[in-house]
Amino acid sequence: MSSRPGGAGTAGPLLTVDDLHVSFATEDGVVQAVDGVSFELAAGEVLAVVGESGSGKSVMAMTLMGLTRSPNARFEGKAFYKGAELVEASEDELRAVRAAEIAIIFQDPMTSLNPVQRIGKQIIEQIQEHEALPDQQALERAVELLERVGIPRARERVDSYPFEFSGGMRQRVMIALAMSCDPSILIADEPTTALDVTIQAQILERIRELREQTGAAVILVTHDLGVVADIADRIAVMYAGRIVEQGTLDQIFYDPQHPYTWGLLGSIMRVDKPRPQRLPAIAGLPPSLADRPEGCHFRPRCPHEFAECRKVPPLTSRVEGQPDHFDRCWLPVDQKRDKREVLPGVIGLDSKEAAPA
Amino acid sequence: MATEPATDFSFERPATYEEEARREGAHGVSPWRLALRRLKRNRVALAFGFLFIVVVGLCLAAPLWANGPAHTDPFKNHLTETIVLDGKKTNVVSLEGTPIGPTWKGRFFLGADTNGRDTAVRLLYGGRNSLLIGCAAALITACLSVLLGTLAGFVRGFTDTVISRTLDVIWAFPVILLGVALGTALSLQGLELGPVKVGADSKLIPILIISVVYVPYMARPIRGQVLALREKEFVEAARAQGANPLRIMVSEILPNLSSTAIVFVPLLVANAILLEAALGFLGVGVKPPEPSWGTMIGDGVKHILSGPHLAIVPGLMLVTTVLALNVFGDGVRDAFDPRATVRVEH
Amino acid sequence: MGRFVVRRVVQMLIVMFAVSVLTFLIFNVLPGGDPALRMAGRNPDPSQLKRIRADWGFNDPVYVQYFKTMGQVFSGDLISYSTQQNVWQELKGRIPRTFALAIGATIMWMVFATALGLYTAIKAGKFADRFLTIIALIGISMPVFWIGALMNYYLGFKLGWFPNGGYVPFFDDPWQWFYHLVMPWTALSLLFIGVYSRILRSNVLDTINEDYVRTARAKGLTERRVLINHVLRNSLIPVVTLWGLDFGAVVGGGAILTETVFELQGVGQYAAESIGQLDVPPVLFVTIFGAFFIVLLNTVVDVLYAALDPRVRLS
Repeated sequence: MSSRPGGAGTAGPLLTVDDLHVSFATEDGVVQAVDGVSFELAAGEVLAVVGESGSGKSVMAMTLMGLTRSPNARFEGKAFYKGAELVEASEDELRAVRAAEIAIIFQDPMTSLNPVQRIGKQIIEQIQEHEALPDQQALERAVELLERVGIPRARERVDSYPFEFSGGMRQRVMIALAMSCDPSILIADEPTTALDVTIQAQILERIRELREQTGAAVILVTHDLGVVADIADRIAVMYAGRIVEQGTLDQIFYDPQHPYTWGLLGSIMRVDKPRPQRLPAIAGLPPSLADRPEGCHFRPRCPHEFAECRKVPPLTSRVEGQPDHFDRCWLPVDQKRDKREVLPGVIGLDSKEAAPA
Repeated sequence: MATEPATDFSFERPATYEEEARREGAHGVSPWRLALRRLKRNRVALAFGFLFIVVVGLCLAAPLWANGPAHTDPFKNHLTETIVLDGKKTNVVSLEGTPIGPTWKGRFFLGADTNGRDTAVRLLYGGRNSLLIGCAAALITACLSVLLGTLAGFVRGFTDTVISRTLDVIWAFPVILLGVALGTALSLQGLELGPVKVGADSKLIPILIISVVYVPYMARPIRGQVLALREKEFVEAARAQGANPLRIMVSEILPNLSSTAIVFVPLLVANAILLEAALGFLGVGVKPPEPSWGTMIGDGVKHILSGPHLAIVPGLMLVTTVLALNVFGDGVRDAFDPRATVRVEH
Repeated sequence: MGRFVVRRVVQMLIVMFAVSVLTFLIFNVLPGGDPALRMAGRNPDPSQLKRIRADWGFNDPVYVQYFKTMGQVFSGDLISYSTQQNVWQELKGRIPRTFALAIGATIMWMVFATALGLYTAIKAGKFADRFLTIIALIGISMPVFWIGALMNYYLGFKLGWFPNGGYVPFFDDPWQWFYHLVMPWTALSLLFIGVYSRILRSNVLDTINEDYVRTARAKGLTERRVLINHVLRNSLIPVVTLWGLDFGAVVGGGAILTETVFELQGVGQYAAESIGQLDVPPVLFVTIFGAFFIVLLNTVVDVLYAALDPRVRLS
């Protein structure tokens, strides 16, 4: 029952993260942003990392590219990409990996592009850093990329400045930029949070198309479970620096094992259910990053807490027949299903729909 | 919180609010308190601020020094006298016109100038003048700038045009040129504006000149801030309540300008002291025989071949004071508005 | 574009007019002594004074005098009260000197301020930063005439490493021209290096935390390229505006103190001497000249800014 977390990849995982810890020294003390995260990512897989603000998901994603390095940061654990270790890698080694192997799209396209440089130049800069391509050819590639992400009149627009685009267009430019060197992993850090809901769907569609065309794996970091339903293969739920549940899309949505996941699912507004009296929400607040509860981090907010919870629950597979479904809850599986089923409709699923995988 | 049915799973518990309130400990601390706290943590700035106070104290204590160990006053010249140095009788000012250097004793602690006057005594008295002029000018500039900037920014229209164009014209003059022009013109016969008469010897002349020259440098940013502030919701709310414009200016706009004004003041004092020194150097500041650091440097430079200490001493004092103000002023700016782009011209 | 130029020219003319009026007022309305007396020399007799007044038109009302003088300014016939020389002739020889001072100092201060500003920003919070910041503040706190005089005395007079002031025209001897300007350039720059390095430091610190710098790193660019192409370039843009103002001020006579201390006989020194003698015509001319330059530089700076920051262009 306790197998190491792993994906169902064929030739072995593309990326293996092993017990990653990231802490920052700040004015208010040491902040443990990532508190022991392990997972695997298979080639071409879409892994959604879901959690609220402060869960450590963005820090974890950016650490994979070494973008959180600073004099105040401390790292433990390892991350292996195609055999190379990333956490302790040198700057030169990381630079070769960035953009060419692992690329990232940031949350706010408005501020993530240099406002005084033409977007064509910004894309060409990245291409030429990794490949010895002459200017003309690099320009061609940039135009082609812009066309691929759906920017109209790409040949003209390649000379435009970021402020001349709308938010959704800018995010497409970021996607074009990220894909320009054909990376094997695309990290999308809350790519739709700063955009209108109507644009959100378009952007996610783009990401999905690109995944299909290029076969790149995607780590989609988001706080919105609704966003991942359409696109994710696997989901990892993060809370207070730890992964509290990990499994396939179906497993998470139809057989969630962790009370926090129940809360997340329960807080999705359902149009097909009778309207509840109050907006469903998880009571309480996430713990301060500098001062976490002993044992299970979710303990203070969990209505099912008991004595065992003072010990940190390991991330293991507890459900019969679901070796790739992991969670961090001490409750026995049958009790979980009970407690969960007590509230049909409120936590977002009918007891009838709860089908073990 | 045992294993009871989670009926309250989906609803906020009262306890949450307490937890939240406790967490948000910083609420209720006014921006002033926060700024002061930040300033207190800046040891270097505080140290230099203290240095400035020490300088002010020394200058205020000038009479104590003059009447005590130095046995003289800033105007008495001892040209023809002699004192005992290392057992030998030496002329205060040699026959070639070279004054003695620092004796490090009570009399002529820092030496004498070419007129035989005690440099240390003049330095302290000069400091009183320089500091007085600097601080007074800075205060007047601050008040005028806030007044004009607020009027221009808030009332707009014709008032704004008149004020802004006037400030532009003053601003188009290089600071020093304007200061020298005004200084020269006024230093001959003073100023007479109707019933108000200011003598040419009065220290009010340099004070007024320096304050006027620096007004555009502060009034423009203030005006800019007022322009932005008046679009804010709380001003609209006050207007909707029927408050008259004067009331809005005083109770809504002014308090928000206070941190900008506070940040400006130490820098203004520093620049005012420097401008006073420049004017004194060029001979259009404080009138002799009254000492000021600028005139002392001017004299010192003129007679630098007789003794570099004549120029070095007042210069060092000036630099120390202005540096103390600049470092402290920097700390104040970091504390009140870390993203400020306050700048005063030279 | 055409409208922009017209607007700027009109603005320039208005400012020059206003400045000339202000100058004239300062010297004629604020009592400052009778120019006729000064011209007549010692112990003049009343008939001499009367004649001078008639010749020079001092009996005319102020505004008539003003228009007459302004007319002379533009026709090139302006004569100084004290030296009886043509003001424009005097000024012509001095302008290159002030320009030499201003341009050299500008290059020096921009180079050093950029290096210092960037370095202290990179090492922000560490000892090197605090130490160099205090040094920069010392530079701002030193009066230019004091440090200039001391440099002149110690480096020029005592040690003989540099000439003791004075100016050598470029076409006479380029090396001597340079050699004579090193100390004035340094003295004038010290102040500006202090101010600009700190402004740049602040800009760099703001920029280095921007999201697009993070993107640049995520592209796999070397730290050096990130710093120079993205951080520094964007941080320098606001500095350009300030540079224009200061350069205009220096050329327009703001370097009085440096020129006086080093005996460069430039525009500033001429203005200072004329003011001291209450010689209105040169002062008038210099202030108009200065105002012209300041507005010109302002315009140049605005154009530059638009060239560097496209966001400004289209607004």
